[in-house]
Amino acid sequence: MSDSSVAIALLYPELLGTYGDNGNATVLAQRLRWRGIAAEVVTVAPRAPLPTGEIYLLGGGEDDPQRHVARDLAEGGRLTAAVEGGAVVLAVCAGLQVLGRSFATGEGRYAEGVGLLDIETGRPPRDQQHKRAVGEAVVEPRRSLNLPMLVGFENHGGLTTLRGHALPLGTVRVGIGNGTADRAEGVISGHVVGTYLHGPVLALNPALADMLLGWVVGELPPLPDDTVDAAAERVKAIRLEAAGLTTLGM
Amino acid sequence: MGVRSSLAVLAGTAASQSSRLLRRGSGEVIGGRIALELQPGLLAELAADRVVACVSGTNGKTTTTRLLVAALATRGPVASNAGGANMPEGHVVALSGVPRDRPAVLEVDEVYLPQVVAAVAPRTIVLLNLSRDQLDRMAETRRIVAAWRAMLVGATERPVVIANADDPLVTWAAMPAGRVVWVGAGLAWRSDAAICPSCGGLLTFAAESWACEECPLRRPEPEVALRDGEIDVRGERLPVELALPGRANRGNAALATAAADVLGIAPADALAAMRAVTGVGGRYAVHRRPEATYRLFLAKNPAGWVEIFDMLAEADRPLVLAINARTADGRDTSWLWDVPFEKLRGRHVVVTGERGADLALRLAYAEVDHELVPGTDAALRTAKRRRDQHPAAGADDPDLDVVANYTAFQALRGTVAPVSGHQ
Ligand SMILES: [Zn+2]
Repeated sequence: MSDSSVAIALLYPELLGTYGDNGNATVLAQRLRWRGIAAEVVTVAPRAPLPTGEIYLLGGGEDDPQRHVARDLAEGGRLTAAVEGGAVVLAVCAGLQVLGRSFATGEGRYAEGVGLLDIETGRPPRDQQHKRAVGEAVVEPRRSLNLPMLVGFENHGGLTTLRGHALPLGTVRVGIGNGTADRAEGVISGHVVGTYLHGPVLALNPALADMLLGWVVGELPPLPDDTVDAAAERVKAIRLEAAGLTTLGM
Repeated sequence: MGVRSSLAVLAGTAASQSSRLLRRGSGEVIGGRIALELQPGLLAELAADRVVACVSGTNGKTTTTRLLVAALATRGPVASNAGGANMPEGHVVALSGVPRDRPAVLEVDEVYLPQVVAAVAPRTIVLLNLSRDQLDRMAETRRIVAAWRAMLVGATERPVVIANADDPLVTWAAMPAGRVVWVGAGLAWRSDAAICPSCGGLLTFAAESWACEECPLRRPEPEVALRDGEIDVRGERLPVELALPGRANRGNAALATAAADVLGIAPADALAAMRAVTGVGGRYAVHRRPEATYRLFLAKNPAGWVEIFDMLAEADRPLVLAINARTADGRDTSWLWDVPFEKLRGRHVVVTGERGADLALRLAYAEVDHELVPGTDAALRTAKRRRDQHPAAGADDPDLDVVANYTAFQALRGTVAPVSGHQ
């Protein structure tokens, strides 16, 4: 890995690659390369040691894979050390849950998480468990982030509660998000971002992708052409319409 | 057959015919449904004392069914649900009115397989592969594995199971069967098989092998295997020369050959007969419209797309990709990012379908040259214009290749008939 290249570590795609979230790595790498900044995607296999990287990505998956991921990441506290060293983390869905203190794995059972985020994920109350969160979601990001409305597709059965310094990434306008009464969606704590949005989230929301990249490389030059962002706008308009909103008021 | 069953068959057949006359789509399903409501035990009765083969799996079941029918047809007529109605209603229609001494090959939906096996007591069951479909993702896949396994533990008739040894989920499901013919048919898509179905441990893959890190589950040694374009049947190597394209279909042929062998058709004869299969339910066939002629491919899930990229590499025609996201397709399009569209770099792609915009975004990041053309007819015209600028070698070749997911495929095949006799 050369010094000038931004290393994007895609963690355990075989285990957490069920919902297209591996695409987040492609999006980040391409948005750097198109700006003339070298980028390298390093795919990390289960059991392999965690490489040094500027950005770590985790995607969605099922209960069994989640267990392996939590164990691998917790070993030696390496991800925690990387984050303390300034690394950026984006964790989606099951990946988000794994980074918390604990997460539900099945009927009434919990597993210990990595503890990087001050969150806990359980199951919704029994009378609401049939309501798995599946569908288009629209999220108003917290104002301090200065991001446009976020869109994505959520598909999960978790109830994620934020504690301490963990702040929601935004508030759901449409959808379920974390499932708590305050309509919180996702989490942000320093340079660690978690969300339930698939899509992948960075393809649908290029401003969020550039926010993460800005944390790594500082101010970003504009993309040399707007094809890809225009394509994302078209998809976003379809999503907003599917969610019952229009682009008005964005 | 009792009077009640005969009446049920008659009522079902009449309903099928009137439904066809009314052009309400698949008459098979409606007729079969009425017949089953009149007589729930009808499927078992129609299958009694008959040689039946069931074919199931996520991808390739329609094609494998057709290949096995072709092999068995060397001995006379074969009953089959050729229209692709792969639930019990369709099976009732396929068997109605066919003499008991004629064998049947039934394509069976994965979820319905245990129920159908219990009813028809098949001589053989072909298990192809299991991966997630758009709609149900992985949880459903795991439920199917468990249900298949339970079905074989409890099977009193002890059918011979033909199972793809390269698929860990199929292997785990097939193991309890009294007799299994393991087939090395290949697996284009391993992303849904990272976790051991037996113990939850990690699976590791190498060429022609896989094994669990934590328990004894591993790839069984196959009796029949696809290797270097040949099918090895217990040491005898036979060439596979299909009209159907792609490695996945050669794997399907290996599984169908093993099933034919169990039913008494020599592998060489079975393979020779399979050459005659050209199009399968509109797939792979050349369709003709005023706008263009095109070879049509159905890709319902990431595993299916990976198989089709291999088939597309055999030609270099302008390519149209059509994507919808209706309920039958799965409403979530994020799976587009699980498909390695980067493989299409160097080709020009016309993107269409109700969710063509989602694919266009994916192709932009994959750096695949593409244009988004709303409307199927307009997309075909656009691609045809490009074809006219670069005329192809063979005059008989179709103008375009068209790949579509489920409901987009239905729209593209709906109004066209395959060109007969096309090679
Ligand atoms: Zn195991």
